[in-house]
Amino acid sequence: MSSPHQNPSVTRENSNFDALDAHLSELEAGFQQLVEALLSDRRSEEHLTLELSSEQSQFVRFNHAKVRQAGHITDGWVTLRLMKDERHSLREFPFAGEWAIDAPHATAALADLRQELPQLSPDPYLVLPSGTNTSREVYGGDLLDPELVIPTVLSQVDTLDFNGLYAAGSQIRAYADDCGQHHWFATRSFSLDYSLFTPTGQAVKSTLASDRWHTATYNHHIHQAKTQLQQLDHPPKQLARGHYRTFFAPTAAAELVGMLCWDEVGEAALQQGESALMLLHRHEKRLSPAFTLRENFQRGLVPRFNHLGEIAAPEIPVIAAGQLINTLVNNRSAREYHQVANGADSSETMRAPEISPGTLPPDRILAALGTGLYVSNLHYLGWSDRPTGRITGMTRYACFWVEDGAIVAPIENLRFDESLYHFLGENLIALTNEQEFIPDISTYSSRKTGGIWVPGLLVEDFTYTL
Amino acid sequence: MLDELSKILATLDLPADWIGLRGVREVTMTRSVRDSLPEQNSQSLTQGVMVEVLVNGQLGYGATNSLQPAHLQRAAEQAYRSAIVASHHASHHVTLADRPKVVGQYTSPFLKPFTALTPGEINEVLVKICQTLKVSDQIVKTNAMVTTTETESWFLSSNGSEVYQKILRLATDYTATAQEGTRTQQRSDNGWLARSYQGGMEHFLSSDLWDRVKRIGEQAVQLLSAEDCPTTNTNLVLAPDQMLLQLHESVGHPLELDRILGDERNYAGGSFVKLSDFGHLAYGSPLMNITFDPTLPEEYASYGFDDTGVPATREYLIKDGQLVRGLGGLESQTRSGVPGVACVRACSWNRPPIDRMANLNLEPGTSTLEEIIAAVEQGVYMHTTRSWSIDDQRHKFQFGCEYAQLIENGTLTKILRNPNYRATTLEFWHNLVQVGDRSTWQLFGSPVCGKGEPNQIMSVGHGSPVCAFANVEIFGGGN
Repeated sequence: MSSPHQNPSVTRENSNFDALDAHLSELEAGFQQLVEALLSDRRSEEHLTLELSSEQSQFVRFNHAKVRQAGHITDGWVTLRLMKDERHSLREFPFAGEWAIDAPHATAALADLRQELPQLSPDPYLVLPSGTNTSREVYGGDLLDPELVIPTVLSQVDTLDFNGLYAAGSQIRAYADDCGQHHWFATRSFSLDYSLFTPTGQAVKSTLASDRWHTATYNHHIHQAKTQLQQLDHPPKQLARGHYRTFFAPTAAAELVGMLCWDEVGEAALQQGESALMLLHRHEKRLSPAFTLRENFQRGLVPRFNHLGEIAAPEIPVIAAGQLINTLVNNRSAREYHQVANGADSSETMRAPEISPGTLPPDRILAALGTGLYVSNLHYLGWSDRPTGRITGMTRYACFWVEDGAIVAPIENLRFDESLYHFLGENLIALTNEQEFIPDISTYSSRKTGGIWVPGLLVEDFTYTL
Repeated sequence: MLDELSKILATLDLPADWIGLRGVREVTMTRSVRDSLPEQNSQSLTQGVMVEVLVNGQLGYGATNSLQPAHLQRAAEQAYRSAIVASHHASHHVTLADRPKVVGQYTSPFLKPFTALTPGEINEVLVKICQTLKVSDQIVKTNAMVTTTETESWFLSSNGSEVYQKILRLATDYTATAQEGTRTQQRSDNGWLARSYQGGMEHFLSSDLWDRVKRIGEQAVQLLSAEDCPTTNTNLVLAPDQMLLQLHESVGHPLELDRILGDERNYAGGSFVKLSDFGHLAYGSPLMNITFDPTLPEEYASYGFDDTGVPATREYLIKDGQLVRGLGGLESQTRSGVPGVACVRACSWNRPPIDRMANLNLEPGTSTLEEIIAAVEQGVYMHTTRSWSIDDQRHKFQFGCEYAQLIENGTLTKILRNPNYRATTLEFWHNLVQVGDRSTWQLFGSPVCGKGEPNQIMSVGHGSPVCAFANVEIFGGGN
């Protein structure tokens, strides 16, 4: 088992720090002032943690190469947790970065927590913050001027059926506690998640995401998508349900493998009988020796600190050569199940997942596939039988029927229902020798950071059911 | 907040054709217990203002979590600049008719306030629920959770709108996990967070609470020794706690006008329904009557006005199987030429409003549960959503349930585990052969319907009677 790094002090700033808004510095000062005020008010035997999530985001939604909705959001909130006498509770309140606005919220939250805590039962698995970790990572991006986004994006697609979302701006994640631990992670980035449609509803879907906007890169991206769109200009082939040899491009592979990255590899889910990897954990099943999954924080895309200020190791192997060798263990699970914590977050989900590449070169994909399905995107995946690892979902956009190594036609969408012990087990034929980064473009509640590094997967006898 | 926003609206200095302010203050309390030990006690406050500005026929938005006038002026300026730039590439021309003047109030009715129980008392009840769920040593995990939400909103506009709404919501979730060897089964209280209602603590301490909780534990254990659901085509009877999903996924989403207009194609998807289908398409059998109804007091997504200020009314979307109306607000109605409903909503102050389904119900028929079961020679009666997946046009779906019973010669017989079914939407609804009467009708909801770019989680409510469908493909788990 890997254990959290002890007492590292991480400082990373890239060369474009000056490009960050002065406002970000004001937010940092505002958070620090709030931390100091709350900690100075701390009473004997009390323990406090503070977490900050903040963003300033521009959103532009496109439909039919026109603007559907456009605007800006300024948001932020603090999560204040109070612990005393084995009891704990938390409050979330808005954070503006200005003392006069934030202080009344913070004061009221702490008073409220002090009143509530004695009413609660003790939690024998409560873990108090105890480290001395600090970190400061600031990544200043170089984004499009907000007023140039719409004309720049639409200039390349105004004759196409273009649909999607541009999301951009700064994001902050921060942490502090009464032990003196302190973390600050600030980044500035954009994502353009889009689809190009044919008149018959076939589509190419793609995502451009980075901390720097390069118009030439965008133009090249669109050019490639247009080329793929031409391949869809054939009547779609309707396939009967059955088993088909299938190549999953990295975007589709990210959806499949992403199902493992929630709490399936978490110690609590495994101990409580809820994980789809129970059979792997009990050594009753194994995955292909070619399949390796790890947490890799070394690329710097997400914060390494967790809800207790612990910093995870730069790399944590989870599944190596088809065997589960580490689970994600947070401090609470470690105490409850007598394990060693390894810096996992409160939900024990993967934050920086990476699938190791294989040996299949990109120019050999179609030849290796031979006859079967080339699947670019999947949609709406869910566990159809979690204990046996069975997943159902749909093919979606730019999926093709391939014969003798040549694309024949796009397909009518198919439903699949297949166990991960098959498609990542004995039926996994090959992985591509290159990975792609598939960013997490989710914007529920707030813009997310990070994503997954994943190669393409070539699978035998994948089960399609409708 | 009304006075503060009125003053700010009066002082915003912008050459706009229309300005709207939508302030939201929402307090959410969540308490959960696992295996009789406290897991979460939390309360979150979110508040802020969404400023919408109409210029040159284009809306722009700016939102901030600060109520300071200077911050709102900045948000309004951002909204104005966004509208100006976007107006050169507008998808449609918005007019004041899309944001009509409205004045009114709405408050959720309730019997017991959220403060009727102290935090300690709530935790005590949750612990007792966990203890009651654990009916035997085969129950290896118990969960009990309650969450309350008090949402106040204020909508003011430069053309005189003034709407105040106070929505009280409560959702509970109780689950027992049973295990024997390598076999694991879960049973819950009508599905994950399905018991979502408007009102107060009366929905937590309801008269049937302890009977329900005991039954959950007992049925979880029963499932361990049950036979797997067979693979066959047969008659399928669905309980209201599964009909809620069936309505949501295969009726609600495909009828959203913004999906049909293409707004959602890059994310949630489009719809197999075409604009030309309204008024013409036979969506299901003549027994199918679907209403959009945000006026039911206890249903989870009730309100007096949508987030553009349009008064909520009950409307038929499908009448005697015929598609008559879509789920779209004023903008979508203008864009599509299709009649719609007051359903433009935002999840909070920090997202722009879009078409959402709110409460969507299947109206009762005439059969009792006994009559429905008695009319089935061979079939399966499935309860409670366990898994769900449907394609981006809302055509091919596969849903799984927690618990099922075999129907043989008009009688419920064996318990079945891992029941699943799959079908295509129109064929399925045309195979609707029996609709239960009011005695079989139950109300459920969900706080977690996802849609939109940027993404939004929204509350929905679904009421339905027990229903029977002919010739459906069913199957079990494993492999």
